[in-house]
Amino acid sequence: MSNIRIIPRLDIKGPNLVKGIHLEGLRVLGKPEHFAKFYYENGADELIFQDVVASLYERNSLQDIISRTAREIFIPLTVGGGIRTLEDIRSVLRAGADKVSINTAAIKNPGFILEASRKFGSSTIVIAMECIRQEDGKYLVYTDNGREYTGIEATVWAKQAEEMGAGELLLTSVDKEGTGSGFDAVLTKTIADLVNIPVIAHGGAGSSDDVFNIIRDSGVDAVSIASVLHYQFIKGNKGGGDFSQEGNVSFLNSGKDFGKIKSCSLQQIKEQLLKNGIPTRN
Amino acid sequence: MSKKVVIIDYQLGNLFSVYQACLNEGIEAKTSSEKKTVEEADALILPGVGAFGDAMLSLKKYDLIEPIRDFAASGRPLFGICLGLQLLFSESEEFGSFKGLDLVKGTVKKFPTSSKNRGKVLVPQIAWNQIQEKKSWKTSPLQNLKNGEFMYFVHSYYVCPDTTAEILSQTSYADVTYCSSISKNNIFATQFHPEKSAKEGLKIYKNWIEKI
Repeated sequence: MSNIRIIPRLDIKGPNLVKGIHLEGLRVLGKPEHFAKFYYENGADELIFQDVVASLYERNSLQDIISRTAREIFIPLTVGGGIRTLEDIRSVLRAGADKVSINTAAIKNPGFILEASRKFGSSTIVIAMECIRQEDGKYLVYTDNGREYTGIEATVWAKQAEEMGAGELLLTSVDKEGTGSGFDAVLTKTIADLVNIPVIAHGGAGSSDDVFNIIRDSGVDAVSIASVLHYQFIKGNKGGGDFSQEGNVSFLNSGKDFGKIKSCSLQQIKEQLLKNGIPTRN
Repeated sequence: MSKKVVIIDYQLGNLFSVYQACLNEGIEAKTSSEKKTVEEADALILPGVGAFGDAMLSLKKYDLIEPIRDFAASGRPLFGICLGLQLLFSESEEFGSFKGLDLVKGTVKKFPTSSKNRGKVLVPQIAWNQIQEKKSWKTSPLQNLKNGEFMYFVHSYYVCPDTTAEILSQTSYADVTYCSSISKNNIFATQFHPEKSAKEGLKIYKNWIEKI
């Protein structure tokens, strides 16, 4: 087993860090730069930035945030959202990203994975899979933040993406995402067993127990987490500054708690893993 | 006068973070694929991501193979990163066999995709992994790092030097304990990415730059 990577995920809308449920209903949490720097300084193994509205509006507003962030953060950065062409990849990498994550454009044209991995190397190309469980128990992949039906089975797509040259799979359970009710272990184990490239489990973490459980139960070697870490950061930093520019800030202003989410720090997550014999950088 | 550090840009891989890491340590490096710039550098960084064969072809296309070899022979500091470490070796078994820069005797091999004890092995290795001191780090750019420090690795191939004299650190993955950094006279190179290895990685840049 590799050392487990814990990867905070930052969903971005315009200038703000946001968090939704099932990838929708976005609440503003603060400035992404502040969160990113904090996670870097507190032991994050990588960071994922996702422009959650890029696909919808066919824009990618992340570049400014990335180029500012990448100057002071020396861990791998993955950037996703609205990446459609080789030129898009090139410009995101030039802004300081190390990898890109692609969903919609790859499903529309799987050959894009091949082209992109040949051009930039497999390890640069992460395929994001937004999966929804169907009534018959099968999982299908969706695009545009879980909105658009494709009819493609997750297992079939995972295998195809690997064959086309994807370096990693970022596996999201849309059903679980933002709920804090734990990862989808069936989905995660099924995909992790199927492929020979790293799978990053994402969607559903509500506590450090959930992180430990999914690693133990599925054998993934990376986990991506948002709410659990963001809420911990907010508690300590009151949102980290000015966030009133755009979007739904009523949640932040309300002072409400975070429902099912038991927030904790990166350090606490890693300590729990190490204590249970799961190797990770510390 | 500040030293001219040149990052070789042969269109393979992302140089942004290498450049930023130098900048963070007070050096504004120049990225270039020009022979003349390489020849005139005070210190040279050879980065790289991707395939060994493509990289050698690209260095050949820019007419950089001899300039890099001459640079190494001149005694000025040369720093190879990731694929840039592998390229220093004699040859690689990647997709057949390719000749390298032959500055360090040895070969480049692929990780096995299964392990006796643990079954499936993921290749490439994309992970933080530990570096263990082999020969003394005292006068090397690893000098003030903790033995066993974590560094960030992304690779499918690893280097096997013919002799152990050059091996600075070793790392274990997929039942293989392999050479993860070397030093040989003015040449220093790492399989891991110090520019992606947080503060401990930046120390390596600082140490290397201080010796230029």
